[in-house]
Amino acid sequence: MTKPRPVYLNLVQIRLPIPGIVSILHRLSGAALFLVGIPLSLYALQGSLLSAASYDKLAAALTHPLGKLVLIGLIWAYLHHLCAGIRFLLLDLHQGIELKPARQSSVIVIVASLALTLIVGARLW
Amino acid sequence: MVKRIVVGAHYGSGDWLAQRITAVVMAVYTLLILGIALYKGGIDYAVWQQLFSGTAFRVATLLFALALLWHAWIGMRDVWMDYIKPAGMRLTLEVLTVVVLLGYAAWLVQILWGQSK
Repeated sequence: MTKPRPVYLNLVQIRLPIPGIVSILHRLSGAALFLVGIPLSLYALQGSLLSAASYDKLAAALTHPLGKLVLIGLIWAYLHHLCAGIRFLLLDLHQGIELKPARQSSVIVIVASLALTLIVGARLW
Repeated sequence: MVKRIVVGAHYGSGDWLAQRITAVVMAVYTLLILGIALYKGGIDYAVWQQLFSGTAFRVATLLFALALLWHAWIGMRDVWMDYIKPAGMRLTLEVLTVVVLLGYAAWLVQILWGQSK
């Protein structure tokens, strides 16, 4: 007798545990950094080194609300990817691999990356 | 006999290690930038320009970029392998990823050494 088993392929129905959320955000932030972060950073680096005028122009563009939104989003993506990456390195070294500390470190990663984003954002503006 | 797939995860453990070593290189560079920003009490054009005029910092930046290139290649390839099943499309996306990453690297070299300062 084969029992009907639930198949959760509906993304809205899937309830990810916190470590799973950190994991998928690690992947999403990585993809965003590759697709948007690297080219924008190179463009900004080029402008920032060209001349004092283009440096100021760039700084002005980053005070525009849209510029702020993109910048703060990319800063979060970088910091989340960094914090989650440090957690994965520790897991590789068999630090905190039990369920409870693994959940706790996931919460720490989410909170720390958001807090660091706020600190960097506050320093920038 | 091991069945090798051209667009599969062929030599996994080497990539696994490379992913972690390149991550540490980038984390160290990030701390370096943060340390400089804190030490200088903020960064303006003069500080920024002076920083990038030194060969040591340019080389450090290039090392960061090479680590990033390698790291992003492994990460994006993993993403394509997980979500893109048709081999032809997967190969196309992988090739595009490599081309784009090499283009980024060339652009950075041009920024670091190509502009007369």
